[in-house]
Amino acid sequence: MKLLERWPAGGLFWQRARQHTSFVLGALLTLLLLASALLSLVWTPWPALDIQMDAVLQPPDARHWLGTDAYGRDVLSQLLVGARASIAVGVIAVGIGLGVGLALGLLAAALGGWVEELAMRLADFTFAFPALLLAIMLTAVYGPGMVNAIVAIGIFYIPTFARLTRASARAIWAREYVLAARACGKGRWRITVEHVLPNIASVLIVQATIQFALAILAEAALSYLGLGTQPPQPSWGRMLAEAQSLMFQAPLLALWPGLAIVLAVLGLNLLGDGLRDLLDPRLARQR
Amino acid sequence: MTLFFFQRLLTLLATLLGASLVVFAVLEVLPGNAAQVLLGPDAAPEAVAALAEQLGLNQAAPLRYVQWLGGLLSGDLGMSHAYSAPVWDLIAERLALTVPLALLAMLLTVLLALLAGVYAASHHQRFGDWGVMTLAQLGIAIPNFWLAILLIFLFSVKLQWFSAGGFPGWSAEQGGGIGPALQALVLPALALALVQAAILARITRSAVLDVLREDFVRTARAKGLSPRAALWRHVLRNAMTAVITVMGLQFANLLAGTIVVENVFYLPGLGRLIFQSIANRDLVVVRNCVMLLAALVVLVNFVVDVLYAVIDPRVQGVRT
Repeated sequence: MKLLERWPAGGLFWQRARQHTSFVLGALLTLLLLASALLSLVWTPWPALDIQMDAVLQPPDARHWLGTDAYGRDVLSQLLVGARASIAVGVIAVGIGLGVGLALGLLAAALGGWVEELAMRLADFTFAFPALLLAIMLTAVYGPGMVNAIVAIGIFYIPTFARLTRASARAIWAREYVLAARACGKGRWRITVEHVLPNIASVLIVQATIQFALAILAEAALSYLGLGTQPPQPSWGRMLAEAQSLMFQAPLLALWPGLAIVLAVLGLNLLGDGLRDLLDPRLARQR
Repeated sequence: MTLFFFQRLLTLLATLLGASLVVFAVLEVLPGNAAQVLLGPDAAPEAVAALAEQLGLNQAAPLRYVQWLGGLLSGDLGMSHAYSAPVWDLIAERLALTVPLALLAMLLTVLLALLAGVYAASHHQRFGDWGVMTLAQLGIAIPNFWLAILLIFLFSVKLQWFSAGGFPGWSAEQGGGIGPALQALVLPALALALVQAAILARITRSAVLDVLREDFVRTARAKGLSPRAALWRHVLRNAMTAVITVMGLQFANLLAGTIVVENVFYLPGLGRLIFQSIANRDLVVVRNCVMLLAALVVLVNFVVDVLYAVIDPRVQGVRT
């Protein structure tokens, strides 16, 4: 593990990480989520989209571990494939938010003045449009789809990352070693890359983990409303929407996708909390 | 204070104006021909041209924007294409459900969060703290619409205490009344509140813990106040600034949440109206509803900013 050796105090990090309950629990749940999605690429108990009208609404048994839905599709297989949609939305939406937000925040902190004012007012302004409203607007124009959902969530994340980046970057800019670097004649760009970015990375990683969890929740809500992942592609939110109308016949159908969402979100949140404590011990003591 | 207030007011107006520009650009300019969107891709060109004429789409976009703004200010939002009714009447009717729902949910959120948060903080690092925080951690991970489905299953299907959805209306003539109407809002409000309360409880706990470490709390205890009296008289007021800020942000989530939860419970509120309008391709209604929700979010954050300064006078002059 070359990377770990290069990370300052890498060995110590893992030593402390292993004793941090919420980090361990969060990491395990997150790994479970990733593993489900990866596994679904090569193997599912049944083909996830396979309609079997002779086996509809089966209760859980040895053949279908979590039962089947109204079209006889295997619920476990759909859950595994559904993990892919959640991860895809999370990664891309956080990527958009982090990419643009980081650039805006770094720019604001490095240049100050009217650039900073403009970037931050823009960020403030985006707060007026929750992801759901943006998704509704995009859907009204382009029709429902996963891309719209991702774009809506991603745009909504930009101000969060922009504000966080600016606040943490400004704290670094005020440090004496940055002053020293400037005295040595380093430009704003080099200071940003060499000093600011490495020092705010941990804060951003923690925030990205938490936003990832929120993106899974947002994707589920949008898909539940029919604005996200479209049929027949399985997604946890849509499975819940379909299960709701079958609550009298097969209440368990509404249980599994919800549990999947809760475990995924809980895992990422715990991982984020754990990372925050481990990467920034000062915060841990304050809490 | 006055200067601070007017500065904030100016920002509020600028934000509202910007928001209206975005809404107009996305829902009027991006789709190209709104008449085509309304009638669908297979519509006859003559029908599209006639509707475009009727909607005033032949005018330049900036002119239409100014007309829309004027309409917003004078309360004339235009006509709904699908309902053949004034948009404002449609929205006003739906707000009679969405606003009480959001307020009820906010009330429940604050009550639950303050109780749980203060309890956890005053039992810091004991079993009660651990229990409340574990519950909160779980609560944050639960999607509100799933919680809504679970509540329906428990209270409507199994126990049959509440109806599984629908809304009887506020007046007896509609077949409802205040009692039945409130009863129909209990489960939706609970579904919204429990999740938000989990977040707010964590904020309340850490805010109270922060203040408990302050010198003035030790002084208050030293002059003979009981822990409880110190908590209520000194700690809570100082912890409220953080709590209120988060409450403002949460109200936006709550409004977005009502859109989802209204759809779970089939409540005829603003959220349902938006969805029906999308299905009907009724862009005029969508545009005004989205603008209204965005304006509410901005307005609430403005009120929070001002409240924040009233509670904590140190805030004025400090710019973030």
